Amino acid sequence: MDAGPAARLAAEVTAQMNSVLKVVQAHKRYGDVQALAGADVELRQGELLTLLGPNGAGKTTLIRAIAGRVRLDQGQITLLDQALSSRNGRARHRLGVVPQEIALYPLLTPLENLEAFGRLHGLSGPKLRDRVDWALEWTGLVERSRDIVKGFSGGMKRRLNIACGVLHSPDVVLLDEPTVGVDPQSRERIWEMLDRLKSTGASLILTTHQLDEAQSRCDRITIIDHGRTIATGTFAELVERTVGAGRLVSLTLDRIPAAAWNGLEVDEKTRTIRARFDDVAVGLPGLLQRLHDAGCRVQDVEVHGPSLQAVFLHLTGRELRE
Amino acid sequence: MIGTLLRISLINLRRDKIAWLLSFVVPVIFFSIFAVIFGGMRGASTAKVRVAIVDEDNTDTSRRLVAALQAEPGLQTFTERPAKVTDQDAKPLPLNRELAQQMVRDGDLPVAIIIPAGLGKSFPSFDGTGPGLELLADTSDPVAPQMVAGLLQKAVMTGMPDAFMEGGLSQFEKHAGKMTPEQKKAVEAWLPKLKEAKTTKNGPGESSQAFGLVQVKTTDVLGAKKSNPTIAFYAAAVAVMFLLFTCANAGGGVMLEEVESGTLDRLLSSNLNMTQLLLGKWLWLTLVGIVSVTVMFLWGAIVFRVELFSHLIGFFVMTVLTAGAASSFGLMLGTLCKSRGQLAGISTTVILIMSAVGGSMFPRFLMPEGMRTAGLFTFNAWALDGYQKVFWRDAALWELWPQLLVLSALAVIFLVAARRLARRWEIA
Repeated sequence: MDAGPAARLAAEVTAQMNSVLKVVQAHKRYGDVQALAGADVELRQGELLTLLGPNGAGKTTLIRAIAGRVRLDQGQITLLDQALSSRNGRARHRLGVVPQEIALYPLLTPLENLEAFGRLHGLSGPKLRDRVDWALEWTGLVERSRDIVKGFSGGMKRRLNIACGVLHSPDVVLLDEPTVGVDPQSRERIWEMLDRLKSTGASLILTTHQLDEAQSRCDRITIIDHGRTIATGTFAELVERTVGAGRLVSLTLDRIPAAAWNGLEVDEKTRTIRARFDDVAVGLPGLLQRLHDAGCRVQDVEVHGPSLQAVFLHLTGRELRE
Repeated sequence: MIGTLLRISLINLRRDKIAWLLSFVVPVIFFSIFAVIFGGMRGASTAKVRVAIVDEDNTDTSRRLVAALQAEPGLQTFTERPAKVTDQDAKPLPLNRELAQQMVRDGDLPVAIIIPAGLGKSFPSFDGTGPGLELLADTSDPVAPQMVAGLLQKAVMTGMPDAFMEGGLSQFEKHAGKMTPEQKKAVEAWLPKLKEAKTTKNGPGESSQAFGLVQVKTTDVLGAKKSNPTIAFYAAAVAVMFLLFTCANAGGGVMLEEVESGTLDRLLSSNLNMTQLLLGKWLWLTLVGIVSVTVMFLWGAIVFRVELFSHLIGFFVMTVLTAGAASSFGLMLGTLCKSRGQLAGISTTVILIMSAVGGSMFPRFLMPEGMRTAGLFTFNAWALDGYQKVFWRDAALWELWPQLLVLSALAVIFLVAARRLARRWEIA
């Protein structure tokens, strides 16, 4: 008996069982604008999933639909095996929502903000105190817990903004652009916070424009364009399915060789040639020898790995920021 | 350079509807309101003073005086109490002193004229002997009694000149000696002509001279024992107007701020729903409103002798309902508007107009009848009428029912409207 299909089926079933959030064929129209046109998202237990797409792709609409703030025209959202509707508030309490805006009361202190949002999420007594203490430690705001938020830096506000959304220990956390508008140091700190949150078993879904962050920090990536999901998978899977795993090698020369060589991109203006190799160690020495034979001197060499930018370009035909 | 700045400003103004409204429409509306109140519209009649007339004398002289008063264009006279729906027989009652006094006390009209028994016999009394006319006045309207006193002089002088002449001649003969038969004959021939002449009305621009020879005794039926009778009205007028501004800014404004800052999304993602959120905001605003009005009246009581402590229950009930209705109004405005800028423009316009028409800027009794009726469509008028009843008329709690009913209804209607309008934030 062939064990292959059985193993695949078992893996599929396990994956389905591990799915904590599923959005199927989400459609939403605002007047003439089709914000969502068949978006599918699946978040698995304990993973960090990125929704990637240009402005207006439908990421925020999708997050808001999951949070219950947008009613879908069509499609279904399942959270922890329960279908979510606008009326189904009970299941939604297992969600943590971190909006893109700094949704805090600026004249309250971090302590007061955390206590207020904790109470609104049903926490009280020692449980509330424990969670507030945890959040202050988690955000690194213990020392500033009694200062009013208005005077905080952007990064501090962002961290507190995230903490207010996860205070009630949600199973699934939705984060809309959690690192937007903060300096690299603060961004790094936020990522550390999210890693710690993930290590507690929470499943995270976030939107971002930062390709490098999506590529290096997230378990899986879902690319959305024009309201549709156009690809989903780990970075390696996306690369494999699109641009391939080869490396792009750029060489800047003192002059462009006279004869045209097959398989090379030539940019005469910058005196740069580019070649793609599945194995750089095998392909590059040959190219260097040919250039030497042609009398060209190599001034610079760069090796580029596959990037999310290239994947996005391959899938949509345009840059992410267009 | 300056031309470019002007062009940018012009484009901004053209596209900013609120700026348009505040720059060009609101001033015109305000001018119109003040013009109607103080100048009268073209063709509109001057405000008439409602006055009750009680004829206790019932002589030819008193009847002629009643007729002269009824012919006076500045007065709207009543010799019968209009039938009330609460009356079993629902018939008008002929007025007597007690009924007229009650009407003044109830605020049905500001003045009652009592023509006492014996007036006809001694009229006119130049030496101060004999009974004079009595005015029973509600001095919460300080203008009406003065106006009626003046119009009384005018009515007597122009409506009964012959009686005046006869009385004058009799006084002359008493102090200066008898007239000659020729003089007497000439006067007797002149008196009927004088009697006929009183029916001729004054033409436009003409005025009749009043010498102030009719004795008029004014009795304040309400405010005589009050330490500072009109100040409570102004305390309420200012408090209600600022209550509306506070509720619009602190209620509507805060809702819009919650939307703009994203905290509304966060709140609605918690265990809280929109109804609870609005009720919470409403309750807070109402409490702030109660404290705000109480502070105003406490200050009035300490500094201006407003009789707060002797009217605590009525004050408290009126303040709770006024603050509740104002809070609902503020929330409705907030949920109606799309931005804080829009709210500022609309709330300023609406509240100023309501305050002007509803009596917060100047008393409604100064306004023409039409404007007074229009005032009843404003929140301010009902609130101020209620406070007026409490502090001026010493009304029992049950007597406040029309004001309490209207304010309660407004509170509910505005809150329900706010809830419906807030649906757009609930789920897109």
